Amino acid sequence: MSTEHSTDTVRLDEGHHVGDGGIPAQFANPGLPPHVHRMADESEAAAKRAERQVAGLFTLSILGTVLFLIAYFAFDTAHRTWVPGIGTVSTSNLLLGVGMGLGLLGIGLGAVHWAKTLMPDEEVVEERHAMRSSDAARGEFVEIMRGGGEKSQLFRRPLIKATLGGALGLFSLPLLVQLVGSLGPLPKNHLSLTMWNGTPDGEGGYTAYTARPRLVTDPESLPIKASDVTIGSVYHVLPEGLLPSPEAEDEHLREGLHHGFLEEKGKAAVLLMRLDPKDFQDTPGGKKAQEWGYQGIVAYSKICTHVGCPVGLYERTTHHLLCPCHQSTFDVTDDCRVIFGPAKRPLPQLKIAVDDEGYLIAAEPFHEAVGPSFWERG
Amino acid sequence: MSTTANDRPAMGLRTGDAPVSAPPSAGAKKLGGAVGWVDDRLGPAKGVNYLMKKVFPDHWSFMLGEIAMYSMIICLLTGVFLTFWFVPSAGHTVYDGSYVPLQGVGMSEAYASALNISFDIKGGLLIRQMHHWAALMFIVALSAHMLRVFFTGAFRKPRELNWIIGCLLSMLALVEGFAGYSLPDDLLSGTGLRAAEGFMQSAPVIGSYLAYAVFDGPFPGEAIIPRLYSVHVLLLPAILVGLFTAHIVMVAVQKHTQYPGPGRTNNNVVGFPVMPVYAAKAGGFFFIVFGFIALISAIVQINAIWVYGPYDPSPVTAGSQPDWYMLWADGALRLLPGWLEFSAFGYTLSLNVAIGALGLIPVVYGAMAAYPFLEAWVTGDKREHHLLDRPRNQPTRTAIGVAAIAFYLVLALAGSNDILAIKLHMSINDITYFFRAATFLLPIVAFWATRRICLSLQRADRNLVLHGRESGRIVQTAEGRFFEVHEPLDEYTRWKLVGFEGQEPLQLTAGTDAHGVASPAAGKDKLRARLSRLYFQDTVQPVTPAELEAAHHDGHAHEAIEGGSAAELEAGSSSGHH
Repeated sequence: MSTEHSTDTVRLDEGHHVGDGGIPAQFANPGLPPHVHRMADESEAAAKRAERQVAGLFTLSILGTVLFLIAYFAFDTAHRTWVPGIGTVSTSNLLLGVGMGLGLLGIGLGAVHWAKTLMPDEEVVEERHAMRSSDAARGEFVEIMRGGGEKSQLFRRPLIKATLGGALGLFSLPLLVQLVGSLGPLPKNHLSLTMWNGTPDGEGGYTAYTARPRLVTDPESLPIKASDVTIGSVYHVLPEGLLPSPEAEDEHLREGLHHGFLEEKGKAAVLLMRLDPKDFQDTPGGKKAQEWGYQGIVAYSKICTHVGCPVGLYERTTHHLLCPCHQSTFDVTDDCRVIFGPAKRPLPQLKIAVDDEGYLIAAEPFHEAVGPSFWERG
Repeated sequence: MSTTANDRPAMGLRTGDAPVSAPPSAGAKKLGGAVGWVDDRLGPAKGVNYLMKKVFPDHWSFMLGEIAMYSMIICLLTGVFLTFWFVPSAGHTVYDGSYVPLQGVGMSEAYASALNISFDIKGGLLIRQMHHWAALMFIVALSAHMLRVFFTGAFRKPRELNWIIGCLLSMLALVEGFAGYSLPDDLLSGTGLRAAEGFMQSAPVIGSYLAYAVFDGPFPGEAIIPRLYSVHVLLLPAILVGLFTAHIVMVAVQKHTQYPGPGRTNNNVVGFPVMPVYAAKAGGFFFIVFGFIALISAIVQINAIWVYGPYDPSPVTAGSQPDWYMLWADGALRLLPGWLEFSAFGYTLSLNVAIGALGLIPVVYGAMAAYPFLEAWVTGDKREHHLLDRPRNQPTRTAIGVAAIAFYLVLALAGSNDILAIKLHMSINDITYFFRAATFLLPIVAFWATRRICLSLQRADRNLVLHGRESGRIVQTAEGRFFEVHEPLDEYTRWKLVGFEGQEPLQLTAGTDAHGVASPAAGKDKLRARLSRLYFQDTVQPVTPAELEAAHHDGHAHEAIEGGSAAELEAGSSSGHH
């Protein structure tokens, strides 16, 4: 659009011309404003001062590096110092960090200050060119590529084209198959089973128990007498045989699991609570919970049905279980129904009973997979 | 040795050797010799000269990407140090280092070695903390850099590819960060991995297979630590460095964008050359970022892994939270309601997990990567842009950006809903319900409010151009009337306010061809024209010289604040101020 005033003469036979009053349609870019010199450009004293400041910052850097070296050799890692506003900290970490920090900051600040005060500050203009290559260059590119295709006879020999395409399409398969095939074992039904089903066979499966396992405390690994569980108490519980139980008669129970300890614990961990039987709700869930429990003692999987964090926060007054990761809340009085949060399913209940010595045992394994949902869990 | 007359002295010239002019000093001679030796063999002088003369524009916001770049380099440096002591193994060991509370405790070798770095290796804690702080700084800086690029429209043609690379870099940085803080195998990081395994299980159909493949069997297994380690120190850094190199090469090839201003056009770059100004400024800035990270790492503790103890799937970990950049994804998981899990025919589809854990990040980053193309489609703008937009001059884009920030912030805050509930003494249920609504409502409010604010700022700019600055000088006329003298803007200041393009929505072309047959693309065109109208709705045009002239000649009667049609000018004249 023209930014110049119109000076064309208008002929009388031309009809109506819309006038612009001699005013351009848009403002024009006024160009770079006049350069303003800095103090250091005009006064040698100011330039000298800037020089001293830059040198001072570089000297600070040298001092910082010296501080680092002294601190490295003077303090061992156990030394502690109290620093106002921070507290007791590792002397070595503090001084090494401060020394290194000053050593680096001194160089950086010095260089930037130097650039800002003494280096040229008159702006330079560089022209841009369109990113696009010229038509000639683009045409040449097409010619070269087409020529390559022609000379190699690629277009004339469909057999080569087809087989090469096939080979290129398939060559990554071996790598892919190797990786995907060998990364890990198939899950089979192992996600649906826990150590409450049987003793681990070392390959993800379980050998059924001959006698139902006892519930033992975590981490002491002591069996729990039903009569010792008072109303309002909570136990972190595992199947016996997972942790070593020094007092057990059976050799396997004495030693605990040698292999896959965390994996089993991650599926089999259970929370045991005793409620006053009248605290359970009069709902099908509440009744089932009592039936699967023993005199108000109930056991639930501790692994959240959302993404598998341990549901570890038990509110004694409301009988709510809360998962600390995403705040799913389960109501123990109603069979651990989800009353809040992102989980959908209740925590699976472990059916318990007592053996002839009065100790709590798992009457049956979990009836469903514990932990987070997956496609084939049912 | 022969001594014929044809013998040359050792320093003599052979035929064809060019005599070299004398260097200014002995040092320069030495340096020149070394550089000349390299140039004789590789000839880099031409290319290096070009780079050293290259002009970069100056603005504080251009340093955000620089901070990201330097933080990444610091991560690479400190990371190499850490690999010398870190043992990426889930093998069992009993801790016997100098941290008394954990002595005799069974743990993985990874955790034991991380403790060893923190307590027994001199300077180890400093390097570990610098690595973590630099990683946080990397993601803060690259996020801020992305916001700058978005709000100034720097992603427009010809830089769409670099925007996509930037999106990839940003997304991979999140994964890299997660892989990194999962390595020490303390209780917190193990709980994070436990959740990650749950995320994988939620994948439709293949969930359990995916989880078993990644963890080589049931969680936690012994494979995940070494696998994460090779992803964290080899695979992702290689991709990050590769993409970053492409990113920076593209900046050099396309030349840096610049803010609009006097003397700056779409066809030039106004700024300072690399040598000496940017060599000193950018080089110095690397040291500043490095020094700053060293200083924070000296005085602010981060990720005190020794407090949490070794990983165990059973203990309580109240207040479990990921690093800040994962909060939004965690927040989405906290907000998604349980009824999104469906069971039918013996199969379970756990969308309450999958949407937040598997879908959110790819979908959001996909939308970001697609944005430049969507905007160009709606505005019909296919030209090259090297001048940045002031955010207010693109009200709709700015509003979209702020709406996205609002969405992100709601999710990130939801990721701390338990901490908020404790600190604010509020019910976590109420907070969560509020955030569920806010996820959808707040972005709409933010969009609307931002758009109005941008339009108001544009009108304020017009007002300033048309009527000048209030000088504070009150003048009494002969008839006794008072008015304040307005000083007109100088042309440089004015250019900053008027030097942008006026905008028009795309017009819908006839939906039928010459024979009256409906064009197959008619529906798409209609949508496009509609979106274009919405995008440019209420658009404010820059002041034209004619408008300024009119305002000067008829300052008291004519108060054209709004650009555009004559009707608007009329309306403006009755509601303007004096």
